[in-house]
Amino acid sequence: MAAPEVTAGRVQVARPAPAAPPRRRRRPLRDTALVWGFAAPALVVYIGFVILPVVLAAVFSFFNWNGLGPLDRFIGLDNYVRAFSDPVFLGALRNNITIVVLSLVIQGPLAIGIALLLNRRLRGRTLIRTLIFVPYVLSEVVAGLAFRLMLPPGGPFDTFLTSLGWTGTKPQWLADPDVAFWTLFAVLTWKYLGLAIILMLAGLQGIPEELHEAAALDGASWWQTQLRITIPLLGPTVRIWAFLSIIGSLQLFDMVWILTGGGPLNATQTMATYMVDIGNGRSQIGFGSAVAVILFFVSLVIALIYQRAVLRRDMAGAVTRGG
Amino acid sequence: MASATVPATGKTRFDWAQPFVYLVALVVVAVTVAPVVYVVLNGFRSTAQINRDPSGWPTPWVWDNYAGVLGNEMFWTQFLNSTIVAVATTAGVVVLGVMAAFVIARYDFRGRSALFTLFTAGLMFPLTVAVLPLFTMLRTLGLLGNLLAVIVPQVAFQMSMTIIILVPFLRSVPAELEDAASIDGASRFGFFRRILLPLSGPGLVTVGVIAFVTSWNAYLLPLLMLGNPATATLPVGVQYFSTAYSQDTAGVLAFTSLAMVPALLFFTFAQRRIVGGLTGAVKG
Repeated sequence: MAAPEVTAGRVQVARPAPAAPPRRRRRPLRDTALVWGFAAPALVVYIGFVILPVVLAAVFSFFNWNGLGPLDRFIGLDNYVRAFSDPVFLGALRNNITIVVLSLVIQGPLAIGIALLLNRRLRGRTLIRTLIFVPYVLSEVVAGLAFRLMLPPGGPFDTFLTSLGWTGTKPQWLADPDVAFWTLFAVLTWKYLGLAIILMLAGLQGIPEELHEAAALDGASWWQTQLRITIPLLGPTVRIWAFLSIIGSLQLFDMVWILTGGGPLNATQTMATYMVDIGNGRSQIGFGSAVAVILFFVSLVIALIYQRAVLRRDMAGAVTRGG
Repeated sequence: MASATVPATGKTRFDWAQPFVYLVALVVVAVTVAPVVYVVLNGFRSTAQINRDPSGWPTPWVWDNYAGVLGNEMFWTQFLNSTIVAVATTAGVVVLGVMAAFVIARYDFRGRSALFTLFTAGLMFPLTVAVLPLFTMLRTLGLLGNLLAVIVPQVAFQMSMTIIILVPFLRSVPAELEDAASIDGASRFGFFRRILLPLSGPGLVTVGVIAFVTSWNAYLLPLLMLGNPATATLPVGVQYFSTAYSQDTAGVLAFTSLAMVPALLFFTFAQRRIVGGLTGAVKG
């Protein structure tokens, strides 16, 4: 019997049970009660607080509603028309898409490169990996606040640049509409590059050492080995990272809200900050819900395309097994 | 055999690369920790010192800022709120998640695959989409300002990820164990409690850590649901403090770095679990 050795005696499977007739495994009636009894709490909470609000968002989006009073001013698609004709919303949408693309194009290769280097035998590798993970475990609020404190004109970051030899006038990192978006992206890269590196390193661990040895035996250089063997085999990790990154970039809220509040002049607005601004700040729940629904569909379409085109093979086990 | 002749690191051939690797590692680590070090270090300076030289060293070291925050009742209230919310969320996620995952993983019943699909579909519904209706719902229920208004939605939104991670875990326990337990007289609930739960410990820890991290760092939901500083969690509290005392730069720095500490301590130790959870979905 396998149980005792696996659980080291904590589970006393072998304990003799007095009058225990061998039971049949299917006991339909009791099982049905048990099944739904076990599933019910999760199901109720999930339907009540995930499905219901999402459905409500779709319903609210067809109304002109301030969140109080009766829900009776049905306006059809007006909220959607208004969103797509509002340059601020379109700017927010463009910002989201830009962040998605920049993250994939800049953070991905950067993380793979650094992970390949750090995957070599290094002194203090564990410490390095732990330190690299630090930004990810901080909340976006704390991280955003730290950067806001460092980036004011003439602040510590500017002083640091001066000490490096840049004596001229520095850009206004968070106050100049032409600069703020790039500052935001740099801070996001700081926050999430560590996670990407750690994920890539975890992926690299899964590649058998023998392949490198075989390649080395065949006379491949280190670079050839990385390009021809390591990176292709890292595929599944890269794809799951890219998926997480895309979804995260589309939902982006906390960091922007803390760092710039969507400003200056809406230069860093995202769909989520725009939504909270009008939904909560200005009590236009109907219009805010329309923005939420658009956000949902943009995420859904991108996620589906991505899953069809790229992820299907990797996710096959996780998502389809229960079916 | 091959490994005896060809060193795995390629050390003999690529020695020249080692200094470069260390340089890259050093730069990455420096850029990574610099903001954190800045905040912690400058919490030990007075605002006057900071204004005089924004990027200097504490001379002398000032302990008042940290003492001030640690003596600030609001800080502890928010710390407690964050702790209650995170612990309750984690407990809710783990308990409800493992129960639902158990029946999905190990029972054949009508609607099983529909149930699983319903839960996995939740990955498509981000909290952001639902947050405005949640706000109006919870206001109707009179729960605004109550920690439950954060806990329950968080449990709900963690459910998809939890079940996706736990189902394969629970399924991997061999059916022979179940038969053996049944022969020894264990009921199916007894099997769940005495065998399945202990065996799926690592999966439960992963799910719990992810729930805790997410809850501890959450901002949008507490921001909208909890409102005033006395009922807020730490991320919201830090933001309030930084706005209310924006002139007291040193105080804000101290508050910010103390808000970092629990996360840093806990999550650094839990790093492997978090990564395991995130990559777990790939391995399936």
